[in-house]
Amino acid sequence: MRSRAVSADGRRVVVTGIGVVAPGSIGREGFWDMITAGRTATRRITFFDPSRFRSQVAAEVDFDPRALGLTAHEVHRNDRFVQFAMVAADEAVADSGLRFGVGGAPDAPEPERVGVTLGSAVGATMRLENEYVNVSDAGTHWLVDPRYASRFLHQALVPSCGATELAVRFRAQAPATVVSTGCTSGIDAVGYGSQLIEDGDADVVIAGASDAPISPISMACFDTIRATTANNADPEHASKPFDARRDGFVMGEGAAVMVLEELEHARARDAEIYCEVTGYANRCNAFHMTGLRPDGVEMAEALDQALRQGRIDAEEVGYVNAHGSGTKQNDRHETAAVKLSLGEAAYKVPMSSLKSMVGHSLGAIGSIEIAATALAVQRQVVPPTANYEEPDPECDLDYVPKTARESKVDVAVSVGSGFGGFQSAIVLAKPDRRAS
Amino acid sequence: MTELARSGSESVTELARSGSESVTELARSRSESVTEPTVLSEEGVASEVVGGHRETAPTGRAILAGRGGRTTRLLVTGIGVVAPSGIGVEEHWRSLLRGELSVRPIEGFDASVYGVTIAGQVRGFVPEEHVDARLLVQTDRWTWMSLAAATLAAEDAGYIPPEEAYATSVFLAAGSGGNEFSQHEIQGLWAKGPKAVGAYQSIAWFYAASTGQISIRDGWKGPSGVVVSESAGGLDSIGWARRVARRGTPAVLVGGTEAGICPYALLCQVTSGRLSTASRPEDGYKPFDRRANGHTIGEGGAILLVEEADAARARGAQKVWGEVVGYGATHDAHHHEDPAPDATQYARAIRLSLADAGIGPDDVDLVIADGAGVPELDRLEAEAVTSVFGERGVPVTAPSSWTGRLMAGGSALNVATALLAIRDGVVPGVGNLDDPVEEYGLDLVRETREQDVGVVVVLARGFGGFNSALVLRRYPEEAA
Repeated sequence: MRSRAVSADGRRVVVTGIGVVAPGSIGREGFWDMITAGRTATRRITFFDPSRFRSQVAAEVDFDPRALGLTAHEVHRNDRFVQFAMVAADEAVADSGLRFGVGGAPDAPEPERVGVTLGSAVGATMRLENEYVNVSDAGTHWLVDPRYASRFLHQALVPSCGATELAVRFRAQAPATVVSTGCTSGIDAVGYGSQLIEDGDADVVIAGASDAPISPISMACFDTIRATTANNADPEHASKPFDARRDGFVMGEGAAVMVLEELEHARARDAEIYCEVTGYANRCNAFHMTGLRPDGVEMAEALDQALRQGRIDAEEVGYVNAHGSGTKQNDRHETAAVKLSLGEAAYKVPMSSLKSMVGHSLGAIGSIEIAATALAVQRQVVPPTANYEEPDPECDLDYVPKTARESKVDVAVSVGSGFGGFQSAIVLAKPDRRAS
Repeated sequence: MTELARSGSESVTELARSGSESVTELARSRSESVTEPTVLSEEGVASEVVGGHRETAPTGRAILAGRGGRTTRLLVTGIGVVAPSGIGVEEHWRSLLRGELSVRPIEGFDASVYGVTIAGQVRGFVPEEHVDARLLVQTDRWTWMSLAAATLAAEDAGYIPPEEAYATSVFLAAGSGGNEFSQHEIQGLWAKGPKAVGAYQSIAWFYAASTGQISIRDGWKGPSGVVVSESAGGLDSIGWARRVARRGTPAVLVGGTEAGICPYALLCQVTSGRLSTASRPEDGYKPFDRRANGHTIGEGGAILLVEEADAARARGAQKVWGEVVGYGATHDAHHHEDPAPDATQYARAIRLSLADAGIGPDDVDLVIADGAGVPELDRLEAEAVTSVFGERGVPVTAPSSWTGRLMAGGSALNVATALLAIRDGVVPGVGNLDDPVEEYGLDLVRETREQDVGVVVVLARGFGGFNSALVLRRYPEEAA
């Protein structure tokens, strides 16, 4: 006996719009072309001189916010992570065909029924650091000098400003929040957004995540615990998830935003539907802030629960979008978790890591991976794991090396794992998979 | 049969009566919403058989399955306070009832350069008494206070972790993260170079640090989360915890703490333009007063344990502070900084919470206001309250004025205060209120007074337009 997928009122959630700001490509279609071509966007850091750092590689976004439609004021008051979110949300909203806040438009959603859930692991860390350099004269004074301060520092300190910017932009008056569960923020934000719709608190939710952590303090703090790669000689091939030679993750940045919509709401306006969100669950490992037990039990538990909500059997899963950060312990942990959850089916299902190409953008990557997974379901193509060459005996699943693959993907899962012990899983399915 | 006594009250009520009601209600709601209902055994433990992929399913995990129904009765069974007004819920309460202002000149550094010299600091907090030495070095003051408050809440609830680790969640609000720790590390980086950054920066400053550390220390594996909606966060964490509980996790730690009284974090908050520059504490944070001139910041907050009613009964919980019966949240969606020109969305949040609770404005005995202390924001709050409850339609207090605004921790602390008012039938007044703005049309509580309190609405707003309302009710409802 399985518990049912349906929420209290049987409300189902579908994805009707996708927007992406990723390293190597801004925009959903460019992103899809890049990841299905197996192209990597990792490079030697250009934002600052990385020579004093252990890890000198990152996946940077070449980002011109003014050219992408943001006003000078929007750029001035917002950290890069908010700017990414605004650009990605603009694309997602345009893609959905919904005309937010347009009074009288026949398909304009009721503002009081539109919510926002924006994930971010580290918020405005880049702006906070840049401004700190000014007010402390590069770390010279503990008592910082207010005369050098920007007047938008409160928004930088408290990342909920990101949710506010999106709410104001699209006149979303239902619940809005920032979700900050470290590196699972991007999955959790979409999961919470789905729950808002299931619970009847919104009909449409702008859900996604954004992070812009390529700054000296972020690079330094991961340097000291050797979480990031030291493969500085070959930046384009530095991120090697599941490969025996992997030596840490490559820092990334970016955003992805989805328009989530209640199924009947989407049907009533004949919207194009990418996929249905049939399950979401998260768990904590209660083990270690950065360490992972090799058995993957808690991630498997999250995945089990997420599948169970949609009454989906292991054999039905056509694609596993991995966390695949490229650290020794993560890829082993995750392989074990997928085997534990899917059993024998784990050996047959294609499983790949986007981080091989776009790096690890902390909280944002979960939403970027959901965007890719939704596109995989829609297009029946599985993106590859770039740079994968040398198998690791402890990672013995089908990681889709280097080349994208046409494949039957009626159901796909995306999983994530983060500092603090968070483990999350979300399940996306073809919209017509289940009769209404 | 377990007896459940309201703490601090002479009236002892049998849980059996109210408990059986809640079982019936829960069973009804589940059978309406789920075609294969969870079966409640006599112990009140879900005994659904779950088809799993593993044979070694931990016992009781079935309770976590599914997306749940709309109605789940959630009780507050434990409160942990670490606040300027005191450490521990009773110390906080005594301070409020005595009308003690815990806002004082800032200690620890010279804040005068920022034009702000007073704050609500947690005095007498000895981290070593609450946090293991190994954890102390890994974490910021914000997390120390969260760890301490979580322990106090669990102790207050007499919470014995169930064998099923997935049955307890930690779902907190965060505001500004690990400020002081981070300032040290960034200073080291820029003054001395990357190698000066310690191994714990990556886990100490980010917004999920406190949630993660509590779950690890206490072994709780349930669906956990962190929400950020500035000062509304404390209420929102409870709103999200209800979703977690509806989906089958019976116990959730909620609330949060904040620690932003160090040079850089203070400077950041000053730029909001909403801080009082008064140097005398009684001149500073004066919500609803004619001399309202901004708010005073504070640190600390509260963490509370909320439990699904049947689960609380099943474990033999000895204390119930009250029931969470309604929640509503909206966003102004007006401007990145300025509040909406009218209180439409704020009032709607209040109405949503009342509708969720299935009660009307007349059923409410007390409103704990956000009390921004900025004239325009006070006026808007008054407009929201009077539009729902009528002119002078309900007593209103704003206890934050005694402690300062603790950002995410403040709204959580107000929930604790609301539950104390319900327990004792006593309402603390608004701090620093000398000359109330009569035009607001509010029935402001001027001084601590006795009053029967059965239902409280707690309000909170977050910078940028977040509006939240939470309805709490005495448990069991009929007791007085």
